[in-house]
Amino acid sequence: MTALADPHDLVEARRHMVLSVPDMRCAGCIAGVEGALKALPEVGEARVNLGEKQVRVSGRFTDAAPLIAALDAKGFTAREMDETALAPTVDAEGRGLLMRIGVAGFGMMNVMILSVAIWSGASEVTRDLFHWISAAIAVPAVIYAARPFAASALTALRVGRVNMDVPISLAIFLALGMSVHEAYVGGEDAWFDAALSLTLFLLIGRYLDHRTRRAARSAAAALTALEVPRATLVEDGRDRVVPTAELAIGDHIRVVPGARVPVDAEVVEGEADLDRSLLTGESLPVHAAPGTDVAAGETVLDAPLVLRTTAVGEDTSLRRMARAVAVAEGARGKHVALADKAARIYAPLVHSLAAIGFTGWFIATGDVHKSLLVAVALLIITCPCALGLAVPAVSVSASGRMFKLGLLLKSATALERLAQVDAIVLDKTGTLTTGTARLDHLGPEAASVALGLARASDHPVSRAIAAALPDVRAAELTAVREVSGEGVEGRWKGRPVRLGRSPTGTELVLPDRDPIDVSPTEALRPGAVELIAAAQRAGLPVMLLSGDRTAPVRRLAEALNLPDWRAEADPQDKLALLREQAAQGRKVLMVGDGLNDAGALAAAHVSIAPATALDAARAASDAVLLGGDLSVIPKALDLSQQARRRILQNFGLAATYNAISIPIAMAGLATPLMAAAAMSTSSILVVLNAIRLRVR
Amino acid sequence: MNVLVFLIPISLFLGALGMVACLWTLRTRQYDDLEGDAARVLLDREPEDP
Repeated sequence: MTALADPHDLVEARRHMVLSVPDMRCAGCIAGVEGALKALPEVGEARVNLGEKQVRVSGRFTDAAPLIAALDAKGFTAREMDETALAPTVDAEGRGLLMRIGVAGFGMMNVMILSVAIWSGASEVTRDLFHWISAAIAVPAVIYAARPFAASALTALRVGRVNMDVPISLAIFLALGMSVHEAYVGGEDAWFDAALSLTLFLLIGRYLDHRTRRAARSAAAALTALEVPRATLVEDGRDRVVPTAELAIGDHIRVVPGARVPVDAEVVEGEADLDRSLLTGESLPVHAAPGTDVAAGETVLDAPLVLRTTAVGEDTSLRRMARAVAVAEGARGKHVALADKAARIYAPLVHSLAAIGFTGWFIATGDVHKSLLVAVALLIITCPCALGLAVPAVSVSASGRMFKLGLLLKSATALERLAQVDAIVLDKTGTLTTGTARLDHLGPEAASVALGLARASDHPVSRAIAAALPDVRAAELTAVREVSGEGVEGRWKGRPVRLGRSPTGTELVLPDRDPIDVSPTEALRPGAVELIAAAQRAGLPVMLLSGDRTAPVRRLAEALNLPDWRAEADPQDKLALLREQAAQGRKVLMVGDGLNDAGALAAAHVSIAPATALDAARAASDAVLLGGDLSVIPKALDLSQQARRRILQNFGLAATYNAISIPIAMAGLATPLMAAAAMSTSSILVVLNAIRLRVR
Repeated sequence: MNVLVFLIPISLFLGALGMVACLWTLRTRQYDDLEGDAARVLLDREPEDP
């Protein structure tokens, strides 16, 4: 083991930590969180990032516990984050793009001032002087600012393809070259301002696009970072916390109630119930005793276990599943983004138009200079400014609104794929339902005893019971103890009481009374009914696909009025079903949370996982539902369809502009002033159209 | 038109000044937490910078 793992070395080694504090919303919270942390002697600095809901702490501390306790005292829930899984905080690409935007923007402004003077009548020597000053600003500015387009165009050309950046670069650099030539020969029209504003608008589009992707990526990384991969190693009778990656086969590890098993292992010591719902979809816990094999990702419920690891790292069942998911994901790469589709039509069209303009004029007049001017005017006026902004402006606007709703888009094309959904497949356990108890039938005494007993245990049934009794005061109990696999026992007013397993489910046993059945029923997640109602209104077929046993699945399907359901589906069944649907041309939205759903999530046309889902399921999904409310999904579907309409409208707008300006440019009548006006108005219109999106 | 001798350098200087200011805001990472900076204005006492 490395020296870092030794707690005494950690004092000196560990100086930085990132905590996630999701409740921070206002200025007061910033002061509260930073104040609470800085009040601790071991903390040197604390800086809140409100946008990311994180606080970065540095100082001399060994672990997060005292920091989290200090924040807890102020009413903030905090969790430690795994820094290695976080996206780098310095966004080099974004800053580079902003720099270029700055250079192009200020260059454009200065050139525009000179251009306005030229358009309003400067002539002869003054005009030439202004042209030369413009050139002095525009040439270096364009060469610096338009580099991303030129680089991308060159890469595409090298492999024999044409992308949107080829006509862009051609227009920018031809305009620049032509303008320098015009300045040299003392011509009337120079296109310096056009070259710069073209660069500026396109850079803005590129930056918006980059920001959407980065926001999604870093938020997804933050979700992963919330699970610090650590394990408690039992060595020479001592417990030691080590990174999961350092475990070797045969190591003994301890897993406390409520924690996830980090690797595949076999039980050596202890008996406990295990929650396998994330792996199999089963809603009932299973019992584990020495000799039982447990898989990474299962949750230990009620008693500590000592395990001997049988597989680590890439060999664990969790990882094998994740690899299967990666394979299923490969199939999704076929989706072509709308912008790329537009580029495929646009690029050859523009090139042939410019070529026609040039040859037409050359044949008619024999004047190379005039013909080239027409070709350049055509390239600039058909500028894809509006096209370049059409998609990113809508994406930024739509994903921002989705984030406010509580849906985080992880994939760049998720928005477009969401708009195409024509069927929905839902997982049951953990997605549509959460386990809770209905305890209206308990009298006040029984309720208070039940709460007292339930609080003593971390078992999901106990937690569900405790959650179902929010306004009850717990009875004072003595000698409370948890019997693994059986329940909680105690004494109430000196007489024995018990909350635990019964032949039919869970029962509460009070002195001198018949046992009361308190079996938890599966409760629907909030918004489940709305989701299904909205889907049926929209005519989308909804299917329930669960790994749970037939009876509970049928019960839920009937309660929700869903004719189409399938139970006892293992991960392969789920994957096969989704593939079959895809083969029939259905565009399925899959919502699931378990490892058993991961393959299906990856194979679906588009997929959503709740934030409570297992890492692998979240990784396989296109979007993560941050709150618990499923009614966000129909809203998001509606939003994505609006976004698709806006994108198409934007394409339409850009095409209209071109339809008007191309004949003018062909006739050789286009002036730099016209180009500047058309470029700015079309870009502004496209952006305004994008921000019209509304959540309904 | 002689006034151009002064006006053009002045306009170029102002433009360059604006660009330098913009690059400075970028270099000093003032766009990292826009939401937080907007809220910090309302604090009575700015917690000292890291």
